[in-house]
Amino acid sequence: MTVLINIPTPLRVITKDRTVEVEGNTLSECINNLDEKFNGIKKRLINDDGEINKFINFYINGEDVRHSKGLETETKPSSSIDIVPAMAGG
Amino acid sequence: MKVNCLSCKVCGQEYEVGPKYVCEMCFGPLEVQYNWEYIRKNISIEKISEGPKSLWRYIDLLPLESDYEIDLQAGFTPLVKAKNLGEYLGLDNLWIKNDSLNPTFSFKDRVVSVASNKAKEFGLTTLACASTGNLAGSIAAHGAKGGLETVVFIPKNLEKEKIVSAAVYNPKIVTVDGTYDDVNRICTMLAEEKEGWAFANINMRPFYSEGSKTLGYEIVEQLGWEVPDNILCPGGSGSLFTKVWKGIKEFEKLGFIENVNTKMHIAQAKGCCPIINAIDNGNDFIEPVIPDTIAKSIAIGNPADGLNSVNLVNKTNGTGTSVTENEIIQGIKLLAEMEGIFTETAGGVVIASLIKLSKQNKLSPSEKTVCLITGNGLKTPDAVSNNIKTIDIDSKVNNLEELLSKV
Repeated sequence: MTVLINIPTPLRVITKDRTVEVEGNTLSECINNLDEKFNGIKKRLINDDGEINKFINFYINGEDVRHSKGLETETKPSSSIDIVPAMAGG
Repeated sequence: MKVNCLSCKVCGQEYEVGPKYVCEMCFGPLEVQYNWEYIRKNISIEKISEGPKSLWRYIDLLPLESDYEIDLQAGFTPLVKAKNLGEYLGLDNLWIKNDSLNPTFSFKDRVVSVASNKAKEFGLTTLACASTGNLAGSIAAHGAKGGLETVVFIPKNLEKEKIVSAAVYNPKIVTVDGTYDDVNRICTMLAEEKEGWAFANINMRPFYSEGSKTLGYEIVEQLGWEVPDNILCPGGSGSLFTKVWKGIKEFEKLGFIENVNTKMHIAQAKGCCPIINAIDNGNDFIEPVIPDTIAKSIAIGNPADGLNSVNLVNKTNGTGTSVTENEIIQGIKLLAEMEGIFTETAGGVVIASLIKLSKQNKLSPSEKTVCLITGNGLKTPDAVSNNIKTIDIDSKVNNLEELLSKV
């Protein structure tokens, strides 16, 4: 299914656009498909151990995926994924 | 220039000074890199001692290039010897840093003093924040004083007193039907798009957070340029905790003090203690939690400086303590009854952790121990509004014996 990804400023040098549409049934699939479109973007999001970069929060429809199944969190039709820098707040 | 650049704490990438907070390469946090040669030439203990009775006495160590325009006289709050509470707990050298006596009654006036003036320097026109309450009030007040537009984003379920404490300065108030972490997500996304906006704790964060260093400076100066052995601090995002330490280390770097062996202790409510969980489990990551506590000002489930706080506890042989809701309330009452200081729930968390640490003999009686009380009790009166006992007298009472027997 198609989901919308909101791209944060640091990654817009790669995507040019602030939103990108990709296919995928899980966050992991969406990130892989995003990397197909924009080669190298995955490296910025996922560390060498295959885990989410600790300075990034992923939200699917406003829910932090760390409260769900992490990279294996399912997307739903018309889901939107927010990629948000973690170093804010407080 | 006092500040050379911003640099990434993780990969070291350098950036020109501006309203930005995250590394474009690795998403690590940006921090201010000072020109220490310049600072050393300008600063001395004498100059500080003769400075204003506010945090501006430390302006040479804050990331502003011009003189401050917006001033509510934040900082230089009392450091009081807690003789009664100390005796009760068997601690001979216990101190309370009463930061609830700031202009808007919390330590947030320190960080906002820096952020609002830096926003002016950058030519930004709107001051905004994601807030658990105290920050909103401080932003609104400083914006009012400085002629800036203000927009504060808060969780909808915030204590009424905190909303009123911000609303009176007439900011735009945006409530979010969720937790602080939800508010933070929304604001972080907005901060990417809004031209001319200074989100104090987002795109101004490298400058804003430096304001908390002044708590560390003041503790040292008010102890007679001596280093405390223990500092107990409430833990929300962990920013205050790490910056108090940074301030003390900067005084050491400048040669104002020596042999900094301060143990840094952080306290959270059990209903929101992701930092304590990481300390207890020996994790090198923070597992976010969904907050559920009356200590709303520190109810941050995914703390930005959580891991830095864990590292600081370990590096300084400090501790992390989590306390129950009832312990928080008892902490508030104990501080009020013994020291005449009415603190909000975050202060109750600190006092509750002090009680625990002293019972566990983790604080030695002769050590200088400083508790940070960062907010005022009138912001969270509901915590202690149950079971208030009164003696009720008829206004027409004329029987002296009856009156005497009652009071």
